Amino acid sequence: MNDIDERSFTTPDGRTIGSEILSVKNITLKFGGVTALEDISFDIKEGEIRAIIGPNGAGKSSMLNVINGFYHPQQGEVWFRKKLRPPLKPYQIAYQGVARTFQNIALFKGMSTLDNIMTGRFTHMTSGIAAQAIWKGFAEREEIENREKVEQIIDFLEIQKIRRTEVGRLPYGLQKRVELGRALAAEPKLLLLDEPMAGMNVEEKEDMSRFVLDVNEEFGTTVALIEHDMGVVMDIADRVVVMDYGKKIGDGTPAEVRSSQIVIDAYLGVSHE
Amino acid sequence: MFLLDPFFWEVVISGLLAGVMYALVALGFVLIFKASGIFNFAQGVLALFAALTLVGFQTGQVPFAHLLEAVLGIHYSHWGEGMSTVIALILSLCVMIGLAWLVVKVVLKPLVNQEGIILFMATIGLAFVLEGVGDLMWGANVKRLDVGLPEGPSDLLLDYTGMFIEKLEISAAVVAIILVILLMLFSQYTKMGRALRAVADDHQAALSVGISLETIWWVVWSISGLVALVAGVMWGAKSGVQFSLSLIALKALPVLMLGGFTSIPGAIIGGLMIGVGEKVFEFYIGPMIGGATENWFAYMLALVFLLFRPQGLFGEKIIERV
Amino acid sequence: MIYREAGQFKVSYQEDQETFPIRFDKVAFWLSIFIVAAVIPFFVNDYWEKSVFLPFFIYSIAAIGLNILTGYCGQVSLGTGGFMAVGAYTSYKLMTSFPGLDMFIVIVGSGLMTAAVGMLFGIPSLRIKGFYLAVATLAAQFFLVWLFNKWEWTYNYSATGQITAPQRDFLGIVVTGAYSKPWATYLFCFAFLFVFAWLARNLVRGHIGRSWMAIRDMDIAAEIIGVNPLKAKLSAFAISSFYIGIAGGLYFSVWLGAAEPTEAFSIDKSFDVLFMIIIGGLGSMIGSIIGAAFIVLLPVFFKTTLVGILGWPTDIAEFSQIILIGSLIIFFLIKEPHGIAALWRTLKEKLRLWPFPY
Repeated sequence: MNDIDERSFTTPDGRTIGSEILSVKNITLKFGGVTALEDISFDIKEGEIRAIIGPNGAGKSSMLNVINGFYHPQQGEVWFRKKLRPPLKPYQIAYQGVARTFQNIALFKGMSTLDNIMTGRFTHMTSGIAAQAIWKGFAEREEIENREKVEQIIDFLEIQKIRRTEVGRLPYGLQKRVELGRALAAEPKLLLLDEPMAGMNVEEKEDMSRFVLDVNEEFGTTVALIEHDMGVVMDIADRVVVMDYGKKIGDGTPAEVRSSQIVIDAYLGVSHE
Repeated sequence: MFLLDPFFWEVVISGLLAGVMYALVALGFVLIFKASGIFNFAQGVLALFAALTLVGFQTGQVPFAHLLEAVLGIHYSHWGEGMSTVIALILSLCVMIGLAWLVVKVVLKPLVNQEGIILFMATIGLAFVLEGVGDLMWGANVKRLDVGLPEGPSDLLLDYTGMFIEKLEISAAVVAIILVILLMLFSQYTKMGRALRAVADDHQAALSVGISLETIWWVVWSISGLVALVAGVMWGAKSGVQFSLSLIALKALPVLMLGGFTSIPGAIIGGLMIGVGEKVFEFYIGPMIGGATENWFAYMLALVFLLFRPQGLFGEKIIERV
Repeated sequence: MIYREAGQFKVSYQEDQETFPIRFDKVAFWLSIFIVAAVIPFFVNDYWEKSVFLPFFIYSIAAIGLNILTGYCGQVSLGTGGFMAVGAYTSYKLMTSFPGLDMFIVIVGSGLMTAAVGMLFGIPSLRIKGFYLAVATLAAQFFLVWLFNKWEWTYNYSATGQITAPQRDFLGIVVTGAYSKPWATYLFCFAFLFVFAWLARNLVRGHIGRSWMAIRDMDIAAEIIGVNPLKAKLSAFAISSFYIGIAGGLYFSVWLGAAEPTEAFSIDKSFDVLFMIIIGGLGSMIGSIIGAAFIVLLPVFFKTTLVGILGWPTDIAEFSQIILIGSLIIFFLIKEPHGIAALWRTLKEKLRLWPFPY
């Protein structure tokens, strides 16, 4: 799944973290007069869980949108797997192996759980229109192969019972799980999670944290997640980026970041000059 | 050169006047779109229905006369000589306001959270219902509409400039301009007008300051009904009240593409451009390719606009935030 | 007890994906197909064949086509009439320029031509969302009708401006022109419907179909999973136009026999097909067919009951029809956007639990 190189190290709990899979350099993003991101640089190492935290409006989602290809920064570079990434469309970036979930759940409301997660396999399915129209033969076999992969994810996320349910009818927590399933189905190299725990109770958060950790441990998937719950961040993140007003104000392990005065000020709301 | 050709100017002016009429219909669309995000396909049929109702009142027709005759055998087609134009106009306006209320209650409220495409198709259904009801109520034959506007070519212009311009079209332009000015004043300076603009900006915010969506929609559709009545009267006086009136709605689409779906001045300018463009194209290029290009020119022009400036001249640029 | 849903366990994904997972449905389906294909054509009388079955088959194909674009991919098109005209005129030119050509090739060729024309109109307009495609398809509708009126080459310079289908055959059996037998035209159209409905069904259940539905439901999220929006919309538009072109070709050459663009392919046609898929069910294959049946049968029904039995004049019947269809559109969009097809499914669910409410 992920390549290991010489600069990798092994964490206390046995995972291997390699060199950079993604790094952003001097990203500045403006909308008209508003500066959403200002000269931000950080990297994400292969195999790690990187948290992005900060007060509301800090620009965290905008950062993910830049990584995703939805927004193109006015300045700065994005490097993916040690190569400078040219301006690409989001669907092209999907083919590179980046998958994501959204703050406000972006599931396909008209389809079932199974179909939604199957859509996550899109980048792995290659049969053309003619093959699809005839179905028997190549197209059917491809569908069944991918269906098997999707069923593994359904087992992993324990959502077998709601396979055929239209996702619009599911409760919030389950929808978030299905969305995670869709992102996982792509077998991504880099998984971007935008507030995956938002609106959940303690139990649901524990479940979701467990899923994120399992994905990272079992499949070696690199995870970048935006999260507000400090407890979750401290527990599962390897490193943290702290943002405020579009700038980076902290970058390091959870322990380092927690004791940084600048970060504490930002969260407790000391007045900015 | 063609700029000195009086024919050219006649075509242009005729086009401008036609454009004003298009703008009038497009206005109704913009109002509804701004306030509720719905593209009201039924706007043209509303104009037809309004005109039919007006003529019905003016000539003293009994509504549903044909149906009553067929089903119950009652022969009662006219209750009298009819009413004066002024009373007929007021009554027709009342009918349109009542119709607006019905539409909001029956069609819009149940569909309040649906996406645009569903609402658009619902207005197509509405157009068909209104057309059928209008035909059933007043009959489908072509009717003459006379509201006392001056007719015939303008002798003044004919004498001074040699151009043949219909007085009716001039009156239509004047009426349309007055209506637009009134609408803009209403929207800028009255409490209701402000409320409408608030709703157009942000439904949720408007709700939270206590503006009732239903009332707003009723007001907007009533105003559109008024605009439809004026448009119906103007078009009807020019070419008679008949089904083709409702097809004008389709022409409004290119007008809105050019002007922007949410801009009142855009609707006017778009209407004028389409009006002039159609006539000039048909006059100069039409004969070379067989004529009757007015059927499709507006749409093709809109298509070209789509390529280069999809939001129209004055529309809002569509920014997606994820 | 007759309709057994329980006890039919699937042991492979292939079985799970079948179109008719319940045995009763499968049997009923093939039985109906047998009756429709092997029994009816030889017993139906001319009138029913010509005014009910042929239009039903042909409009079903058009409805499937439009449903692919509008129901599955979420793009509104008002140009169905114009595109059927492209299919019809392509058939005409193929039949008259290549007299020996088998009708199957003529019709498929018409479909391909219509797909090409569709793409031409689709490319500028599919890049943006909302009603813009509606405008482009309206442009197509009016422009195409005008084109087939004015461009004399399309109707072989005939003085009447009308096109008439010459006699041609499919595998030696005459299917067009005055000497075609009812059972031949019936089976020809039915065969097209059966084959192409099956192909469409396959397309919508695989990843291409899912990409269309993803675009319809949330195109931003569709991009995230790797769908190229323009490519997906164009493919939907092209395939949809292909089906509508086939329908147009059959409409002219097998059913009408003669056509003139303003009457036969006006915007009313576009509305008719749109109403079929709204009433039958957006995003449903069977819905397209139910909707086609409904719109084809309604005027017949009204004529026999309102005019024939109650003695009402025909124009009132016509107005009532318009009112009914408009009201049904509004009703279905409010209550059940997935049309009659979904009503049927809900009914089955209720029956499953009956007499309990839930």
